[in-house]
Amino acid sequence: MTIHQPISTDLLRIDAAAETDRIVAHLRDVVFHQLKRRGAVVGVSGGIDSAVVAYLCSRAFGKDRVLALFTPENDSSPDSLRLGQMVANELEIRSEVEDISPILDGTRAYQRRDQAIREVVPEYGEGYRCKIVLPNLVDADRYSIFFVVVRAPDARMKTVRLTASASRGIVAATNCKQRSRKLIEYYYADLYQYAVAGTPNRLEYELGFFVKNGDGAADFKPIAHLYKSQVYQLAAYLGVPREIQNRPPTTDTYSLEQSQEEFYFSLPLEKMDLCLYGRNNSIAPADLARVADLDAEQVERVYGIIDSRRKATQYLHASPALPEHIVGH
Amino acid sequence: MNITEELRIFVVDNFLFGQQDAHLSDETSFLESGIIDSTGLLELIAFVERTYEIQLEDAELIPDNLDSLAKLTAFIGRKLARSGHQPLCA
Repeated sequence: MTIHQPISTDLLRIDAAAETDRIVAHLRDVVFHQLKRRGAVVGVSGGIDSAVVAYLCSRAFGKDRVLALFTPENDSSPDSLRLGQMVANELEIRSEVEDISPILDGTRAYQRRDQAIREVVPEYGEGYRCKIVLPNLVDADRYSIFFVVVRAPDARMKTVRLTASASRGIVAATNCKQRSRKLIEYYYADLYQYAVAGTPNRLEYELGFFVKNGDGAADFKPIAHLYKSQVYQLAAYLGVPREIQNRPPTTDTYSLEQSQEEFYFSLPLEKMDLCLYGRNNSIAPADLARVADLDAEQVERVYGIIDSRRKATQYLHASPALPEHIVGH
Repeated sequence: MNITEELRIFVVDNFLFGQQDAHLSDETSFLESGIIDSTGLLELIAFVERTYEIQLEDAELIPDNLDSLAKLTAFIGRKLARSGHQPLCA
């Protein structure tokens, strides 16, 4: 059922101070009292989400009880480490740099990924760079089928539709990155008796933009209820460095720069935010279209994408299934 | 065997894991019913290209052409007719 209601562009506006206080109180309760941990490990990527989580954790637990962890690898942008360190410096929290490339070499993740790409681009090899992209799903009825974009050493670009086997091969190998990061985060969590922070925002959490047992694994997820534009409001309130607030969101997962829209949402994040809000609150496409600067047909299409993403990502959210319920668990 | 039945066997074997009793009418939407995800669709495309010896262009990968047994059968029929293949019973 859709509801016709007067809506404005302010519909995602929050009271950042009150929301910060609420989250901070929640974090203290969860980490100190429920989980009985002494602080938190935050994987800080140089992006807005993990920066906000680091700021919230620092407020909640104190700067001596937060560890910022940087986990660069061969394909990471150097900016990510620099901006991550900026967060740690601003907050005066401890930090560690753990290059996960040797883990990825050890699991042959790069080799396996390149092998998968060669299924559709046989010449792919040394000196090539890659990313995967989706077609524009908003302007026409299309499937969210991935294409690989490769850049040859001589800068020639090529875009090729993936086969099922290449698509699974690339994703399976690339997911090793997020899982390796989590492995290191839990190493430090065990070392210091800390809890591990998850950094997804609501778009990522609801639409399954995470790797199961990779960045999806965490002991608490303090901004999973916030739309991306609300995360930006908290960032401004908390004083996250301007450069991080102004940095375009990126997955920082592939060797060619890839925006999150390209990889997943196929819409600017602020519009996707509004559409997810509209879907969650049963707002009629025509009403939402007016504030999102889209047409009603586009909004309907995005609502459809949201529904199918939810269906397709149920597996990511599912806990391990047990044959019967075990009392106390 | 006609095209629809060949496609039905492929879909039931690969995406419904052989559950013959699962409801799959000729008009069931693959996406809306959640039967086939985007990677599954790539498998279906490969099956169609291999079985009917036709090439599916990127622009043709739209729900109007692929999203049910009936739509896919009609699409394959049109492709075969255009490429001059022997007409098959749909």
